[in-house]
Amino acid sequence: MTQGVWPAVLGRFVWNELPFVRAWEHPTASKIIGAGAGSIVVIGAIVLIVLITWLGKWRYLWAEWLTSLDHKKIGIMYIALAFVMLSRALIEAVLMRMQQAAAIQSPGFLSPDHFAQLFSTHGSIMIFFMAMPFLVGLINYVMPLQIGSRDVAFPLLNSISLWLTGGAAGLMMASLVFGEFSTGGWSGYPPYTELAFNPGVGPDYWIWAVTLGSIGSTLTGINFAVTIYKMRCPGMRLMRMPLFVWTALCTSILMIFAMPPLTVATALLALDRYLGFHFFTNDLGGNIMNYANLFWLFGHPEVYILILPAFGVYSEVVSTFSSKELYGHTSLVIATAVIALLSFTVWVHHFFTMGQNADINAVFGIATMTIGVPTGVKIYDWIWTMFRGEVRFTVPMLYSLAFMMTFVLGGFTGILLAFPPLDYLVHNTLFLVAHFHNMLIPGLLYGMLAGYHYWFPKAFGFRLNEKWGRVCFGCWVVGFYLAFMPLYVLGAAGVARRTQGMFDPIFRPWLYIAGVGALILFAALATLVLQLWVSVRERHANAVFAGDPWDGRGLEWSTSAPPPEYNFAVIPSVHSRDAFYDGKRQKDVYAPPASYEDIELPGNSITGPVIGLAGAATAFGLVWHMWWLAVIGLLVIIVAVIARGFARNVHRIIPASEIERTELCWLSAVAHATPIPREREMAPTNQGLAEVSG
Amino acid sequence: MMASRVLRIFCVIPPLVLLSGCDALKRGVMNHAGPIAASQWHLYVIVGIVLVFVAGPVLLLTPLIAWHYRLSNKHSAFRPNWDFSWTLEGFIWIPPTGIVIGLGVLLWNYTHALDPYRPIASSQPALEVQAVAFDWKWLFIYPDQGIATINRLSLPVGRPIQISLTSGTVMQALLIPRLAGQIYAMAGMTTQLNLAASEPGTYRGENTQFNGDGFQNEKFPVTALAPADFDQWVASVRASLHPLDRNAYTGLFRKSLPPNPVEFSSVPQHLFQTILTRSTEPAR
Repeated sequence: MTQGVWPAVLGRFVWNELPFVRAWEHPTASKIIGAGAGSIVVIGAIVLIVLITWLGKWRYLWAEWLTSLDHKKIGIMYIALAFVMLSRALIEAVLMRMQQAAAIQSPGFLSPDHFAQLFSTHGSIMIFFMAMPFLVGLINYVMPLQIGSRDVAFPLLNSISLWLTGGAAGLMMASLVFGEFSTGGWSGYPPYTELAFNPGVGPDYWIWAVTLGSIGSTLTGINFAVTIYKMRCPGMRLMRMPLFVWTALCTSILMIFAMPPLTVATALLALDRYLGFHFFTNDLGGNIMNYANLFWLFGHPEVYILILPAFGVYSEVVSTFSSKELYGHTSLVIATAVIALLSFTVWVHHFFTMGQNADINAVFGIATMTIGVPTGVKIYDWIWTMFRGEVRFTVPMLYSLAFMMTFVLGGFTGILLAFPPLDYLVHNTLFLVAHFHNMLIPGLLYGMLAGYHYWFPKAFGFRLNEKWGRVCFGCWVVGFYLAFMPLYVLGAAGVARRTQGMFDPIFRPWLYIAGVGALILFAALATLVLQLWVSVRERHANAVFAGDPWDGRGLEWSTSAPPPEYNFAVIPSVHSRDAFYDGKRQKDVYAPPASYEDIELPGNSITGPVIGLAGAATAFGLVWHMWWLAVIGLLVIIVAVIARGFARNVHRIIPASEIERTELCWLSAVAHATPIPREREMAPTNQGLAEVSG
Repeated sequence: MMASRVLRIFCVIPPLVLLSGCDALKRGVMNHAGPIAASQWHLYVIVGIVLVFVAGPVLLLTPLIAWHYRLSNKHSAFRPNWDFSWTLEGFIWIPPTGIVIGLGVLLWNYTHALDPYRPIASSQPALEVQAVAFDWKWLFIYPDQGIATINRLSLPVGRPIQISLTSGTVMQALLIPRLAGQIYAMAGMTTQLNLAASEPGTYRGENTQFNGDGFQNEKFPVTALAPADFDQWVASVRASLHPLDRNAYTGLFRKSLPPNPVEFSSVPQHLFQTILTRSTEPAR
């Protein structure tokens, strides 16, 4: 009897699927590290729960954050998620570098299976649960403010996207404690990930985490695109939109068109694994080449989904910290749109080695090189923006400069890889690994960190510590070069990627340098946390409540820092690009309006958390074949969506009197603040009021 | 004292690293040993030189302009509203477009010339080899010689080699960095790779597509032999009386890392074709 009950409840879960039990049974270094990672997740969760309970913050957390539909809070939660996932994936990267440095003609300390899980989770997390939440969070926070809107077009959908992404990230974390993750890499190529070769739970974790995340991203893309089309304030014509909004728009369009192929690819793979279909199996007519095409039809536009928002950040940062109008706004817009379009025409370059004929490879190779032209134009546009400007070497500006010089090197190796005959030699090697890190670390991470430094004072009302910011920046740059330049050499020598052991002692010096680089990158992460800690402690000294610490150009700087939840007491109307910058120079932008009116905002909703958690539960049930859990989860989602349809009073009115109080408080702070010239913007005297000159 | 020691370490280490770095590159295409890899290296150099001129201006202009127009430099011009110039616009769109067109022509020609499916022109007939990927080993069949090996690819120097690939398991990729680029081996499908060795020696061959626990050890020696030595090797394998029988065939499909290369004195007829169709039938 019990034999029948337990499998029905626990599915295929058995006791020794827990890493702790595995480590107890076979105490190898690899298993103990696995158990350690599992314990960090468990202990971290317990500590968090105890801490929140002890501080009595559950109600606050629930009412002010988890159920909030405010785009600003959703944005901050996305970025918090990105930082947590960044920490995990970066530590995994350090472990992999240490393993390769230790495993020169020796087994090292990680088993091949553990190493394979590490590169699979590292890639999947960095793309889907670090990069995507970071850029979605940044766009969420900044874009509505920049277009003079009070929220995104679909606030509830925004919360649902967040919670789907969060649920998927939770599934990634669960894989550390229950069972194991896929060993098939972030691209999950079948037939290796098919039932015939990998019957375990690993590929299922990957499939469902990526599926949940990709649905969340598709919804986000729709939400952002509609917001930008429909919610711009009066006068904000398309060609007056700040470049960050333009890149957000192009990224959203890419999300709408590129995420569905991924969802389809993972769904078909799931059909193969769960219901005995043969889309990508070796036998009965399955074909792996269909998967490769579907996956990269998503995968290549994805690269530009990741990079375009960073391009937007650089455009804002370079212009602001050069005190100068962005050079060639129109050519930057054209370049962005061309990149977005071309990104759909190059996917075959991810598998030049699959045996298609030379004509096809050559066409896709040339298309790939063509993207280099608008990208190069962008770099020059930023250089000409600095030209005849007044450049301040603040942390966001340092990231921008490091990006421009490092990204060009990545472009260099990218053109090499675009030549099919050259790709044949270094495809699947560490050269390729070096190349895409060379694109994504400057082209995504530096951009996101620049954006984080640049808009942090807006979001939290105080500036980040500049000194620790510089140290952190130094670590990211030095660490990057030391960790990845050696990989170009190793790849050119034909060292395959994803290799747990090194067969040739001649590679030792390069592996050691890369290992040191990885440790410096870890230091970069540590200093990032330290900087936040120090900044929070000295928040009163660096407060910028008046809201405009850098002589900002867009509408986001025209509010208090942090902005009130309604963003703008009166919806602004704009007459030029750089609306706030020009406004400051033409009239008194801090004059109170004639009168205030009630503002209607979306009320809190538990629909997002319910759908996200139920989605994660469904996925977990599917992974472990706990069918009851999957069915319940799915039913909860359906019921939650229907129930929301019956909800009344989904809006909340903020009375005019409260708005007047809030606004007068801010305006009096502005009146008491000292206008700060650019020379002293990093001094504590900067309270967020810029001296207007020029 | 301490400082000078640190300084000395910093002066000594980089050249050492560079020296051993060159050593590492000897394992790759830079130290090519066949006509295909030689052309590929040639192409690397051409494209690399062109790209120096593409990347160079950005690497120079970015720090120069940022530094010259720094806020504290009171001698630099400040034009906060200057935001467009047709001359500069032309400079950033037209030359890069021209370079991409030029590189595009180069790319088109070389992609066709170095198409892995294109037979290498030679006065000698190509040696046919059939390569089958297994977990975690390669089977090389010499259909004309009637022999096969596991994890050893022996080639006659100077003669074109025509390799047909398939997989008896998941997708893999065959790469011999000093001879030619890689191509995937996929179950139920055949791909082609043409290469040749121009000097005798032993080169490293490997699978570069991750395929499980034994992946990091899936390397094999590629031995390029003088034609006479190659014939002698074939004769010695044939004489070894170690046929690829039913037992050995089943063993191929078991996951394993053979410690040493294995040679088979004879192979069943149409072995490659048998494996090819076996993959597309219902899994057993």
